[in-house]
Amino acid sequence: MRKAIQKRMEAKKYVWEGAIPLQIHLHESQVTTLPPPPPALILAPRIGYLPLLVPLIKPHFSSTLPPGVDTIWFEYRGLPLKWYIPTGVLFDLLCAEPERPWNITVHFRGYPGNVLIPCDGEDSVKWSFINSLKEAAYIINGNCKNVMNMSQSDQLELWHSVMNGNLEAYLRVSSKLKLATIEDEYTSLCSSKSQQGSGETDFTGQVKTGRVPVRLYVWSISEDFDDWEDLSQVDSWEKISYINRPIEIHKEGKCFTLHDAMKSLLPEFFSDESLSDSKLARVDFEDAQKIPSEDVSSNKVVEDQGQNAYEHREACCISSSAEIKLIRIQGIEPKLEIPFSWLVNNLLNPDHFLHICVCVKVPQ
Amino acid sequence: MMDVFNWDGTVSAKDFRIGALSFAQKWESLNSAFPPWSWVPCPKHPWLASPEEEGYLSLENICISRPYEVDIDQNSQTDPGEEETSCSEKEDDIDDATLVQSNHHELHYCDFHIVYSYTFRVPVLYLRAYCSDGRPLLLDEIEKELPACSSKESPETKWAFITQEEHPYLKRPWYKLHPCGTSEFMKLLFLGGDTGQPKLEVVLELYLLSWFSAVGQVVGLRIPCKMLNDRR
Repeated sequence: MRKAIQKRMEAKKYVWEGAIPLQIHLHESQVTTLPPPPPALILAPRIGYLPLLVPLIKPHFSSTLPPGVDTIWFEYRGLPLKWYIPTGVLFDLLCAEPERPWNITVHFRGYPGNVLIPCDGEDSVKWSFINSLKEAAYIINGNCKNVMNMSQSDQLELWHSVMNGNLEAYLRVSSKLKLATIEDEYTSLCSSKSQQGSGETDFTGQVKTGRVPVRLYVWSISEDFDDWEDLSQVDSWEKISYINRPIEIHKEGKCFTLHDAMKSLLPEFFSDESLSDSKLARVDFEDAQKIPSEDVSSNKVVEDQGQNAYEHREACCISSSAEIKLIRIQGIEPKLEIPFSWLVNNLLNPDHFLHICVCVKVPQ
Repeated sequence: MMDVFNWDGTVSAKDFRIGALSFAQKWESLNSAFPPWSWVPCPKHPWLASPEEEGYLSLENICISRPYEVDIDQNSQTDPGEEETSCSEKEDDIDDATLVQSNHHELHYCDFHIVYSYTFRVPVLYLRAYCSDGRPLLLDEIEKELPACSSKESPETKWAFITQEEHPYLKRPWYKLHPCGTSEFMKLLFLGGDTGQPKLEVVLELYLLSWFSAVGQVVGLRIPCKMLNDRR
């Protein structure tokens, strides 16, 4: 059992130590000196947020900035970067072919207030983080009391642990929040094998049914490609569908995999699997078709999931050539067969959400 | 639908849509002072042509500058015994609709959207305020017009806590009334109700109406008595 815990720490440590090398260029409109300053090279923690890097970046450019008040924002090839999305997620989402170092641009003026929520530095990021944590707590426990009732010092310690990438401190404070994790099916399997007859872990029936906080970022491409680099880059947030919806885990005697999780959030890409009627698999993209409803329990939450998948009155059946091309979590591309519980127990961000970047191909 | 004692105060997305359409219908027929709410369908993915059942209710271009007065149907009866918070004494004295220009030299307007939250499984009110020239209002300007939206978090107004967040569908910065306590007060509303008698059933069609009777007050949108009394 201890080995399982060590293994879990190992994966979490990798996640917390993960970093993206950034090459940050000052936008030309703000360069007032010749020659222009060289870009700043910074290793950004995956689980962190871009505005937290400002204390490292600003000194690098301060001598060349025009006078005035700073309103700092970042941009990648013209797309303003949403500062409340963790850095690693932005990278996984916007760099189909991982670019190392990642070349982004920093602005100190001209904040795009119509696209980005204002950011007043560390406080705004902390506030956004705590809010996400509250949301995660609500999803897991049905209320946010544990987060709301955190002492000031605990809240500060938790936030600092995230800023500093201190996993031990984070685990120490966050354990007080009693955010239940789901039983790790993989680990149970391993430990039950190594402890024959101890009866400690019973694989079947142990996984709790519960809601898992998930944030899904979906971008689409329209044709096949040889190289990720060939793809035209995302130039607008409107082209990305952001799905902030919990995943409900059902224990049905078999392992709940990543595949099952994706199917519950994006049933439109799995429509041909559950249907025996081959005719439906040929339905054109634009047509609406009724999908026969599955046996759904009366539980309201299950109803949501079931309804999402099968009970749309005007459900859109995407043709069978629509498919999921890529799934990235913490920079990893897990296989669809992996137990979802493993992902949840190891790849969560500090805000207790699983952030998943998905690329789908849809026919034009 | 289901009995209120076993209910946790939340609704499914599908039920939200049903409740929303029913609310909009009632509003249109019984609240002629205001423009109607409209249901705006939103595709789940930007590339999905067919409209999904997802969407939100929208009420836009409402003047929020104070003082302002609302056109109340002069025939509406207010039962003196009733103590609905939305039927204040003021309403009895008002005659015709007047949008009285306030002391400010410009009027402020607001767009309201009622959006379903998959996390909290309740409706959430999003709002966006601006001047007649389109300039967006800052939070302190909004709080001046809508003082109940104050950002101070206190036990009484906890559920009226306003934050700036990205609109889930429009992907632009909007303000939202935090939904943290909504499921609890929804359960209370149905348990206590206006007559003090718990309703035996959570009636879906009344869900949005009840929700709005509480939340709408925070942003100065009052529901006329006859709309609340209409139990059809």
